[in-house]
Amino acid sequence: MRRFEFIVIGGGLVGTAIGYGLSRAGLTVALVDEGDVAYRASRGNFGLVWVQSKGLGAPHYQRWTRASAAAWPLLASELEARTGIAIGLEQRGGLQLCLSEDELATRRAVMQQMQREAGNFGFDYRMLDPAELAAMLPGLGQAVVGGSWTPYDGHANSLALFHALHQGFAANGGTYLPRSSVTEAFAAPHDFRIEAGGETIGAPAIVLAAGLGNASLAPLFGLSTPVRPQRGQILVTERTTKAWPIPLGSIRQTPEGTILLGSSEEEVGFDTGQNPQVMQKIARRAVLTFPWLAELQIVRAWAALRVMPPDGLPIYDESERFPGAFTANCHSGVTLAGAHANLFAPMVAQGALDPVLAPFSARRFDVPAAA
Amino acid sequence: MFRPRPDSREATIAVEVEGRTVRVPAGASAAAAVLVAGLASIRDNPADGGTRAPYCMMGICFECLAEIDGVPNRQGCMVAARPGMRIRRQRGARSLAIE
Amino acid sequence: MTVDLAIVGAGPAGMAAAALAAELGLDTLIIDEQDEPGGQIYRGGARAADPSPLGADYLAGRPLVAALHSSAARYRPATTVWHIDPVWHIDPAGPPAALLSLVSGGASETVAARRILVATGAIERPVPIPGWTLPGVMTAGAAQILLKTADLVPDGRCVLAGQGPLLYLVAQQLAAAGAPPVAVLETTPGENYLAATSCRVGELWAARRDLAKGLGLLFGLRRAAIPVRRGVRGLRALGRGRLEAVAWDGGEIAAEHLLLHEGVIPNIQISLGLQLAHQWDERELCWRPTVDQWGRTSLATVAIAGDGAGIVGAAAAALTGRLAALDAAALLGRIDLAERDRRAAPIRASLAREAAIQPFLAALYRPADNLFDPPDAVVVCRCEAVSAGQIRRAVRLGAPGPNQVKAFLRCGMGPCQGRVCGPLVGAVIAKARGVPLGEVETYRPRAPYKPITVGALAGLASR
Repeated sequence: MRRFEFIVIGGGLVGTAIGYGLSRAGLTVALVDEGDVAYRASRGNFGLVWVQSKGLGAPHYQRWTRASAAAWPLLASELEARTGIAIGLEQRGGLQLCLSEDELATRRAVMQQMQREAGNFGFDYRMLDPAELAAMLPGLGQAVVGGSWTPYDGHANSLALFHALHQGFAANGGTYLPRSSVTEAFAAPHDFRIEAGGETIGAPAIVLAAGLGNASLAPLFGLSTPVRPQRGQILVTERTTKAWPIPLGSIRQTPEGTILLGSSEEEVGFDTGQNPQVMQKIARRAVLTFPWLAELQIVRAWAALRVMPPDGLPIYDESERFPGAFTANCHSGVTLAGAHANLFAPMVAQGALDPVLAPFSARRFDVPAAA
Repeated sequence: MFRPRPDSREATIAVEVEGRTVRVPAGASAAAAVLVAGLASIRDNPADGGTRAPYCMMGICFECLAEIDGVPNRQGCMVAARPGMRIRRQRGARSLAIE
Repeated sequence: MTVDLAIVGAGPAGMAAAALAAELGLDTLIIDEQDEPGGQIYRGGARAADPSPLGADYLAGRPLVAALHSSAARYRPATTVWHIDPVWHIDPAGPPAALLSLVSGGASETVAARRILVATGAIERPVPIPGWTLPGVMTAGAAQILLKTADLVPDGRCVLAGQGPLLYLVAQQLAAAGAPPVAVLETTPGENYLAATSCRVGELWAARRDLAKGLGLLFGLRRAAIPVRRGVRGLRALGRGRLEAVAWDGGEIAAEHLLLHEGVIPNIQISLGLQLAHQWDERELCWRPTVDQWGRTSLATVAIAGDGAGIVGAAAAALTGRLAALDAAALLGRIDLAERDRRAAPIRASLAREAAIQPFLAALYRPADNLFDPPDAVVVCRCEAVSAGQIRRAVRLGAPGPNQVKAFLRCGMGPCQGRVCGPLVGAVIAKARGVPLGEVETYRPRAPYKPITVGALAGLASR
């Protein structure tokens, strides 16, 4: 039986970022992954490194997201140096545009609350009016009444990130086991064995990062990861010349020049089918925002399933019953890549999660006993 | 370069290919007009800058993307040539013309 | 609008199905992206000279077109199907039907249909030789389309390379049109001849008409004094910015045009997009949707007819279209099963005759292995300029299949959405992993099946 210092289940953005961080520290890691056709949230993301919408009412999540955004430049330059793959990180701020006074009022209130909750940690934002926005964004539609901007937002080539994490992992000596869904698991404190891809492998520590697959794996390791699928659809246009200096929350341009249009949220279970009516809504909002988008061809579109915890916040946990078992679950695998590689992985390597992650434990979902 | 075969139908449709007038018979596509015009290529591929020309002529390969009557990236083989049509090479990614 | 049967594609299968379905009392809609019916095989048939350098078989499409126009079927040309929901309910309590999203002239609309028949035909097998992306390199079918639709022939030295009936047919048609190729380079591997002769005598007898036609083609080339080289290996296209010469192991010839052909394969873009069950066909070396003898698929509302279900040729395509129409009429209660089977019997007999040649052709013109294993520097995904070597590196990195490779390298993300590179990427991965070709998954194409503008999707007519 092959033994490793760590097993990471899940080869998506979360698993590979954690695996990369562990392997970079010189630890032997087995990264276990399923086959080519799978739910694969990591192939369906938008590519934002986004801060401004994260953690309303949950300042710990706001701080974790900020920490990840701050860790991103180092991760990106390190991956580029290690693999030669351009990650295309840009962090010059981002905009969330509003198409009605109601939206704008709500957005303003959200920003104010984020700032209040940030306390001494600080949360810098600005509300911009149509004139300021039009100066920044060519061809802005009349329907835009304002927007929020923070300096912390940005975007990156998320597929390049995914490729680079895999390549970096391999370069660090990591062992990648694709087409190896877990068929059997044995757990004991600091002693884990799994059967995957016809092989049994063992390690004293294990990280569950299998996205939607975690829900069924977690109980085997004394963990709970109540995540559900939430569908999102994206439209992708033909390549164009550069359009904007910074990304928006639901419209961004990739380094190749294609323009991605989102966003949507549907509760449809494990259904990755596309819904033309939802696609139409996305297209309508895009055209209201920038009327000239109407002329562009949509070359492809997709639907993917977000890994969604009940309150939208990540679930990070370590098993009490089986010490050495950890889990990471979130729907922001791109934004949190910095944190996963450079903060979470070192914690796991040390054998315990930092108290700063305690609020992210699944225990928060336990119904409290009557006071 | 493609030429009319002997005994071909009369080339009654006059179009402009990169500003030059070219004649093709009714039923010919814009891509056919580009081939009659003898252009070295129909587009520059935005991915690697390589010059490309029509390959399949049946709407599958998308190599024949051209700017037709001001609209970029149209499949030339799927657009019927019409009198006065203006056809230009597609130079890489679509240029945004934002008012 | 709600119809009984929506047919996607107005080639021989679609046209024959539409005419018969309408005759059987089905409210039928046939949708096609081109301006005129005929698909590719009969493209431009309405304007063709008679006699045509394209031959008598080409004109055989005319009766099908006439039957379509005189039928009660609604015909929507210049219309693209960009999404199909195959499990959509017209009546919440009723059986599942389908909803098609169409775009035409920049305006989008939906049509509900109780059944769908996908008849989108075949595409040329990609031929990834070094230099295949050079201007001047096209498919043999492309040259045939130019001849059909615009009476155009290559100007200058034209080389045909590859194998299969279409290669010789196009050579003859170009010669008849006053532009004989300077050479035909046949890539048929030597071992194919042996395999072909092991075909059952009964099959060959049933296919005697087609065999005679094929032999006639070959003799025709000899009479036209077109040089034919056999057993060609190492084919490559040379030139800077444009084709200048065609080379192979042991030879080279100056040329301005290279027409490639290595057979045709089913166009599975929509059938994959619908997530129908597909199977690898080891005889034809292609993926095709799994269908029964009526064209029924793994989805209750969807049937497939013509080459899109498996290569059968134009004549057989019309026959499978009629079978699907009969089945649709039975399923929708217009005729009973006994009548369906009675009317199907003679069609099946004709189909058996038309399809008899196929095993022989598949064996004789089986692509050489190198077609699936190009050198590292050869572009595999033309749209995104991704090479075979890059794909192999991704496989070494552990990418389990084409969809992960696509995520890493962008192959399949360009305008053609994997139509051309799909078979190639799968093959390169299979060879790199050392597994059979059919063991590697396909891409999973999504809607829009063809591009649609943001404005058309938003429901606004574009300028």
